[in-house]
Amino acid sequence: MTRYSLNHVGTAALGCPAERSSAVALAVAVLAILLAACCSRTASVTVIVPKPTAYGSAIVESSGGKQIAQTGSLLPQPVVVQVNDEQGNAVTGALVEFTAAPGVTFDPASGLTDSSGQVTTNVSLGGMAGRYQILASTFDKSHKKVELKIEEIALGYQQTLGRHLNDQYCERCHNPESTVERVSNYDNLEVKPHPFTEGDALNKMSDADLAAIITHGGPALNKSALMPAWGNTLSKPDIEALISYIRAVSDPPSRGAGPVFAKN
Amino acid sequence: MKEKLTSLWQNLFGDPVRAFGVVSLIFLVSLAIAPAKNYFSEWRHYQHDYLGMIRNRSEANTLQRHFHGGIQQIWLPELGVVDRCTSCHVGLKEAGLADVSTQPFRMHPVIPHKIEQFGCTVCHRGQGAATTVAEAHNSTLAWEQPILPAKYIESSCGECHRGPLPGTPVLNQGRSLLSRYGCVHCHTVKLPDGSTMKADDDPPSLSHIADKTTREWIYAWLKDPQAYAATATMPNFKLSDDDARDMSAFLMANSTAVAGDTIALSAKPSSDPAAGASLYGESFCASCHAVQNAAGNIVGGDIGPELTRVGNKVKPEWLQAWVRNPRAYDAGTAMPHYRFNDPQIATLSGFLLAKADSDLLANVHLDAATPEQIAHGKRLVSDYGCASCHEIAGIKKPENFAPELSRIGSKPVTQLIFLPGMPHTLPDYIAGKIRQPRAFSPGLKMPQYTFTPPQIDSLTTALLALNDRSITLPPSLAVPATPESDYQPAGKAGKLMNDLACLSCHRINGHGGDMAPDLTWEGSSVQRQWLVEFLKNPGTLRPALIRRMPRFNLTDAETNELTDYIMTVYQSPTVDRDSMPLTGYSQGQIELGRQLFYGKYSCQGCHIVDTKTDKGYIGPTLTHVGSRLTSAWIYQWMKNPQALRPGTIEPNRAMSDEDAAALTAFLISQKGGAKPEVAKK
Repeated sequence: MTRYSLNHVGTAALGCPAERSSAVALAVAVLAILLAACCSRTASVTVIVPKPTAYGSAIVESSGGKQIAQTGSLLPQPVVVQVNDEQGNAVTGALVEFTAAPGVTFDPASGLTDSSGQVTTNVSLGGMAGRYQILASTFDKSHKKVELKIEEIALGYQQTLGRHLNDQYCERCHNPESTVERVSNYDNLEVKPHPFTEGDALNKMSDADLAAIITHGGPALNKSALMPAWGNTLSKPDIEALISYIRAVSDPPSRGAGPVFAKN
Repeated sequence: MKEKLTSLWQNLFGDPVRAFGVVSLIFLVSLAIAPAKNYFSEWRHYQHDYLGMIRNRSEANTLQRHFHGGIQQIWLPELGVVDRCTSCHVGLKEAGLADVSTQPFRMHPVIPHKIEQFGCTVCHRGQGAATTVAEAHNSTLAWEQPILPAKYIESSCGECHRGPLPGTPVLNQGRSLLSRYGCVHCHTVKLPDGSTMKADDDPPSLSHIADKTTREWIYAWLKDPQAYAATATMPNFKLSDDDARDMSAFLMANSTAVAGDTIALSAKPSSDPAAGASLYGESFCASCHAVQNAAGNIVGGDIGPELTRVGNKVKPEWLQAWVRNPRAYDAGTAMPHYRFNDPQIATLSGFLLAKADSDLLANVHLDAATPEQIAHGKRLVSDYGCASCHEIAGIKKPENFAPELSRIGSKPVTQLIFLPGMPHTLPDYIAGKIRQPRAFSPGLKMPQYTFTPPQIDSLTTALLALNDRSITLPPSLAVPATPESDYQPAGKAGKLMNDLACLSCHRINGHGGDMAPDLTWEGSSVQRQWLVEFLKNPGTLRPALIRRMPRFNLTDAETNELTDYIMTVYQSPTVDRDSMPLTGYSQGQIELGRQLFYGKYSCQGCHIVDTKTDKGYIGPTLTHVGSRLTSAWIYQWMKNPQALRPGTIEPNRAMSDEDAAALTAFLISQKGGAKPEVAKK
């Protein structure tokens, strides 16, 4: 409360214009000191980085790229990268460090490559929906940094809802991959549906086009009648959520995929 | 020194004019502090940066028009919201800023609520009235609640929404884990609607455990449940060897034989692995029970316990009695009474007993228990609250065994004890406590669970939703969960359905499992003769389905009783199954239906009518649909599938009456093996 009452006093004082500039100038000095005091209070976090015993010349992704998770949550699979030498052989004992935009956490954030030349890390994405760029880096023999960029996708509320609807209604035909629990119907269809990651085709279609196809079926845009009309089953917000999901997962990224969060 | 001070005093206040000047200056400086603070405030800085950012954007004019300078505030007295977040987060409502990655200028992601109606802190927590970043976001001396990390944000949805929402998978998972892992056996959770959260893990009664297993197995299980079954929900109590020895001694000594059940080996367990595997497969045991395969993957359902090492656990005579009729041992079990014959029981029990790991009990050697050990074991069983979950003869279920969690999401941080190095926030405390309960103090009883990090996050999310506001919420804002139905089929047929555990897989009148179709209106849907045949010899209706109903070896009398009950009781008020004939449709109408099926509605994308040309793998195969479904049901289904079975994936095509009638005529003419009524083109 003190702050707010002081505010009023301050406003009253400003009623006298002659003093304003000197008052401001003095306050600048006072605040500068205060600010300096605050800034010096930054927390220091000590991270123990292991010492490398070997150096590679290239770093490649083994698995874990292009995963989809909710904002702030752990990726379903760990990210695994491999360090190779000039001949393409795996290097054991090379140091790999992971960095990304603020909010992304790694467990562990650095490590030495194992006997198969790999380092595994669990990644939690930041709190905002969009694409997160992860940098995995190692040093080569001449201590030059070698980097690998990996992209992961964080879904916001609307895209998460879209993903739920996709799992329930769309994926059986639109995802060509089969799992034990869900056999894909993709191969059974005479006209193949677009997988939602197929950015080359889907990015060309406007949101209105996608909404029309989902609402009224394929024939709405002179496409196959095998795509039924969902307008009486899904609500308008449902369809918008689906489109936002499709935009979020498309590869290459669509314009509506949201921002890319990279290391500053 | 004194002289210096005196001279300073003389210099400043030596004469009245000088004193007046100095005092005025000091006064003015102090007056200047507040306006200066205001002028250099963070929100002003952010608003300035925002204006600079939007100047370069194509929609600058629109954004400029929407911008309001100065401190912004959302005031919602009934929610206790005074949020000034929008003073810095200026672009929250600007859809054009979706590509901006720098805070505080991002557009708020699309959610179903409007910021004017709920403000910010209702979901995000933090100090809404603050006007500096640190005070708004962090915990301060005057304000405890910091901003909620994004991974727990769904907990805020759960304050009002008491049931599962499609857009909140984390919250939904957390709530189901609380039930599934039996957390609420020990921790009471009173929900805001007055009900108490119930567990659905169904822990077995231990009153007759000596019938079922050996003391050695109990000992090994108590020491490390996950060593026996990786998927076991029983936590690890970190017992010492002596404590586990004494508890196993007590449980064995305390056990009584099941009344009226003479457990004896009825047949020698057969050792024919191929026949066993095939009976296990065709009985669809794997729909409920999981087994770890050679690759280490757990394959199978999670309704019943994992069977990877079941041969280490059960006594052969108990296993045979159980497979013969599980209800003799546990009246409330989810396992159906299969009505296996003796050779089948011998085959199946032999197959299951072979599922054993010779290392599991190799090092367990227990001497005969002494009375002291048994008494000590009894004390331990009481102390650890075993009876909170398990029924144990002679030990009462303890009340309020563990702290109540009904308001855990509002627990003041000052009342919590943190581990060194741990961030002092409530979510971190809850997550830490779930991750490693005993780390907080060596004397604690809470056992060690094997939750994965995402499970811990979702449990924390669900617990954070149990807070003061969820209880004091204006009733108009609460969205109650669909009340859980406790429907049970009645009468003699109901008893039979209970014996077959139909509701373990099927849902009827809002009660039951979700593995198999909802049977609430089965009587309107299917033809009687089909149902009789199906119950005798169930087949799968869907080409890509790996599970189907097991065969229960019912007698004709049982089949008829079940069929009569289903056909009479489970009828939809909107489908009169006798209102439309099963035959006699005109060739023209059938042909029109065929054209609609393959053309306008392209049903072959999901269904198969002609096995030579159609490939649809999603819906049921329709080659015999004319002998299976009633025409009235087909017609109503065409008109609106979700009205008959909510959540079914077949889209509602808003068909005209004519189209629905023609498709009905076409489908009802598909009677399988019989000669097709219309010559194929």
